[in-house]
Amino acid sequence: MIDWAHAGTPIVASFLASLVEFVEALTIVLAVGTVRGWRPAIAGAIGGAAFLTVVVALFGPAVGRVPLHYLQMVIGTLLLFFGLRWLRKAVLRTAGVLTMHDEEAIYRRETAALRSGGTAEHAKTDWVAVAATFKAVLLEGLEVVFIVLATGAVGHMLVPASLGAAAAGVVVIGCGIAVHRPLARVPENALKWAVGLLLSAFGAFWLGEGLGYRWPGEDLAVPGLVAMLLAASWVGVALASQARGAAAGASSSAGAAG
Amino acid sequence: MSWIATTVREIWGLFVEDGSFAAAIALWLLAAAVVLPAAHVPVQWRGPALALGLAAILIENVRRSARR
Repeated sequence: MIDWAHAGTPIVASFLASLVEFVEALTIVLAVGTVRGWRPAIAGAIGGAAFLTVVVALFGPAVGRVPLHYLQMVIGTLLLFFGLRWLRKAVLRTAGVLTMHDEEAIYRRETAALRSGGTAEHAKTDWVAVAATFKAVLLEGLEVVFIVLATGAVGHMLVPASLGAAAAGVVVIGCGIAVHRPLARVPENALKWAVGLLLSAFGAFWLGEGLGYRWPGEDLAVPGLVAMLLAASWVGVALASQARGAAAGASSSAGAAG
Repeated sequence: MSWIATTVREIWGLFVEDGSFAAAIALWLLAAAVVLPAAHVPVQWRGPALALGLAAILIENVRRSARR
């Protein structure tokens, strides 16, 4: 029986995280469709989605048979690696150490690469195009599956988490069809920051549960973990910006002296 | 077979991007699982200790990454 009162958090986390993945997959599908044709682009995308569906159907039910504390430890650990990786990147992008993720630039790069590969006007099927979208949908889709499992498996929230991911897919595909361009205006870094915080907080919470910790405030510890990691992120942005400024100053002084 | 290697590499990349960051997290998680109980840290403090350690690892890594 689903506890819809607690379903909000997995729905939101799954929706936001999946939104980012669907946007990235959409960019590749749009690039392939524009340069190589929509039939192979959509065929590859459907193939990738179908393959993923089979994988989930085969292995998904096995997740329910794993003892809860092992599930909490494994999923908690994976969520921490995944969420902290996103958080680290969002902090470095905000501090200006890394460039912002640019869907338009990725779209231009992909279309240029696809054009240089030559068109397949006389071939029956453009397998390069099919493979490109198959791979993109498969890999981004794997992340969506992981996110749904990670946010939904432990608290019997797979259905709400799946609904969140599905809603993200509908929104992105709908926008993609309407706009016919990469969704460059999606505030991807802010989304990744928020999702990184949520997934890292959940990861720490479930790992702790799996290890037998007693969290202060029990479920209320999750917002506390989000707040702690948010504070750490802000400190990280400040220190990274400072270090970047100092490094830039040192290299320009060295350049002037030399 | 190269597509299998590519796929494995991509899946690995979902969880590990900066090796030192991932290694620090892994070591801290191991410490949380083994050292904290061995040191008789009260159960209600182990969670906050886990979180503080992760926050410190994040701050240290982004500061070091900015200097590179």
